[in-house]
Amino acid sequence: MAQLTCHNLTLGYDGKIVLKGLDFSVNRGDYLFIVGANGSGKSTLMKTILNLHSPLDGKIMTGDGLKPQEIGYLPQQTIVQKDFPASVWEIVLSGCLNRCGLRPFYNRKEKQLARQNIERMGISPLAKGCFRELSGGQQQRVLLARALCATGKMLLLDEPVSGLDPKMTKEMYELINRLNQDGITIIMISHDMNAALQYASHILHIGEPIFFGTRQVYIDSKINQGFSSQKGGEKG
Amino acid sequence: MSGIVEKLSLYFEYPFVRYALIVGVLIALCSSLLGVTLVLKRFSFIGDGLSHVAFGGIAIASVLNLTNQMFLVLPITILCAILLLRTGQNTKINGDAAVAMISVGALAIGYLLLNIFSASGNLSGDVCTTLFGSTSILTLSKAQVWYSVVLSLVVILIFVFFYHKIFAVTFDENFANATGINGKAYNLLIAIVIAVIIVLAMNLVGSLLISALVIFPALSAMRVFKNFKAVTICSALLSVFCAALGIVISILAGTPVGSTIVAVNIFAFGFCFLVDKVSGGVG
Repeated sequence: MAQLTCHNLTLGYDGKIVLKGLDFSVNRGDYLFIVGANGSGKSTLMKTILNLHSPLDGKIMTGDGLKPQEIGYLPQQTIVQKDFPASVWEIVLSGCLNRCGLRPFYNRKEKQLARQNIERMGISPLAKGCFRELSGGQQQRVLLARALCATGKMLLLDEPVSGLDPKMTKEMYELINRLNQDGITIIMISHDMNAALQYASHILHIGEPIFFGTRQVYIDSKINQGFSSQKGGEKG
Repeated sequence: MSGIVEKLSLYFEYPFVRYALIVGVLIALCSSLLGVTLVLKRFSFIGDGLSHVAFGGIAIASVLNLTNQMFLVLPITILCAILLLRTGQNTKINGDAAVAMISVGALAIGYLLLNIFSASGNLSGDVCTTLFGSTSILTLSKAQVWYSVVLSLVVILIFVFFYHKIFAVTFDENFANATGINGKAYNLLIAIVIAVIIVLAMNLVGSLLISALVIFPALSAMRVFKNFKAVTICSALLSVFCAALGIVISILAGTPVGSTIVAVNIFAFGFCFLVDKVSGGVG
């Protein structure tokens, strides 16, 4: 069974339908890019997968040993976080919170996990540092480490490279790719078609028409051409 | 100097002065704890709004001639706190607009009620006392002191117990919700606790100056420290220090308690601002 299955999903908010008839599934170890124009419903889909929204119709099922709360999440940064006084260590550790239940404090195992993930993201020297003083790329690594504390199975990344310079963008993609090779399922929302064509195993294109399939099928299909030329037009 | 010490020790022989100091310090501690969260959640003004609601509640209670006003004021304030924190996610009325609406509305209705129904001859004096808390902290009864002490301890315990959850919900509510933390429940908890603190603090500084008690220590601490734990501890210590100093000064100089405490807090903020500018912050 797939880790995540979306069946005949209708999405929207305030009674307004954004997206209809969405069907796709994600298997363990997949690397799914969700692409589509602004306002096509990418963020709504993401919030629905994370149980922050409920779908208007249809079903989201998790399986293959994945529980709904085990989807790690790398959000776009909010204004609140821009001046939040928190150390890297505090933020990464807060990813372990769903393991605590009612226990008010973290135990040794959870601290160990946080330390491991900080190391895994290569930010050990920054652990005591202040989050808001880090560069954009470093902040993303911190939030990634936090997401990894929450789960070792599936990560959902919302535009993880937005606002990063080309060098940091490349590093970020390499890092995520490495996590995928370690067996973590990746779902990424992105505008970056080039990255999608380079790294994705599957692509979900939201818009008219909806496309879901492997990267190769996507490259062969016409939707890609349409979308690419559209992107090219925006840049020019 | 010895004159001041003598004068102080003379004053501290009166139980009402000791009560004022105990209650003042505890309330300052409580209000500073959640201040950090409220400032970071962009709810600095909720203290102001809720204190005006509490003022409206007191007006209703005194019109109804209730002996213990707390039993009416506390539920009303808690209810409004829940409503206000909930509008944070509602796009129809923005959080700050809702706060402004409820705050001004409650103030106006409260004053109107007092004006129409009040039997007291000294209406403006009563209102002034409620708004600025001028003397009520010095007229606390033993029961009120116990009541404040118990509620403060409950607030402190709740904060310590849920410290990590409050941090997570404040820093990133979506992430917390997505990973199975019940963000809504913790927001509700924060709303209730802040309402309790505000009703408590009305005795100390009155409803107009409560915001100062909530936000100043947090803002000062955020100038100097850069992680959540240090900010929380620093703001608690700073708040206690300022409250104690403010009460002592007000006793010695005969100034109003509430405004003196706030003035000390403003000085502390200025000091922290300078420290930040000079040293670029510590740790």
